[in-house]
Amino acid sequence: MTGKTAIVGDGDSITVFKAAGVATFPAENEAKARDVIRKIAKTYSVIFVTEELARPLTDFLKRFDEEPYPVILSIPSKAGSSGYGMETLKSAMERALGVDILFND
Amino acid sequence: MARLNVNPTRMELKKLKARLSTATRGHKLLKDKSDEMIRRFSVIIKENKRLRDDVEKELAEVLRRFSVARSVTPSYKAETAFSMPSAEISAECSIATIMGVEVPQIELRERARTDGLPYAYTEITGEADYCVESAAKLLPKMIKLAQVEKTVRRLADEIERNKRRVNALEYIMIPQLQETIKYIKSKLDENERAAVVRLMKVKSNGA
Repeated sequence: MTGKTAIVGDGDSITVFKAAGVATFPAENEAKARDVIRKIAKTYSVIFVTEELARPLTDFLKRFDEEPYPVILSIPSKAGSSGYGMETLKSAMERALGVDILFND
Repeated sequence: MARLNVNPTRMELKKLKARLSTATRGHKLLKDKSDEMIRRFSVIIKENKRLRDDVEKELAEVLRRFSVARSVTPSYKAETAFSMPSAEISAECSIATIMGVEVPQIELRERARTDGLPYAYTEITGEADYCVESAAKLLPKMIKLAQVEKTVRRLADEIERNKRRVNALEYIMIPQLQETIKYIKSKLDENERAAVVRLMKVKSNGA
């Protein structure tokens, strides 16, 4: 199966990926992002979402974990990383292992 | 611990014993599965952290440079320059299985790049070329991260579910069965003793 990649985010952060061959879907707020993701979830197998949009949509994005595809990844936007990605990583680790094996150094 | 609501008969005792042995075996298997999943998980999550650190750092750099590049060109020009993709990326998506958990497996295929960058060099600065280049270079890493992170999340869910199953067996199912078996055994013994006493009484009365 051949999959396509898409990126959802605010205009400035995603333009550079358009030139690199990723389909871009601008969304300025979370409500818009939710609609867009719902619409493209069937056709795109990898979807990047900027952290600002992913954070309020955490519960919505969790639903996509029930199936292997689409893969949704939060990425930092041009404002830099807000640590959201690490937070999700940490919560997954705590649920599965109950102990911190990455951040306790 | 509450015992099951069954009749204290030999038939029930036999059935319960069979159930207990199945439950014990199932518990052992699930526990082994849980151990192995946790071992794999800890390997994958370390890779995930490393990849994420990398990607976040590089992406921040690319986006910073890009905003510089954009700021020196008029925005309508930048829009048109970047609206044509220079490369077609296609990813080969399949499904792999880790301990019975379906996880995505994505492989980035060779991309067909038409002829260099999709805009005339006169309209935009060299900085932008560099950005597009490094964004394209970063993509395989980002896709790899997407795959690994999804794997981590799905494995975490599965580990949690499995843990619940192990605990249900260990702390509810198995004690309940043991308790009930003990109860039936003592009830049967009691009946047997009662029968013996009754026989002795009958005999002594007759003599």
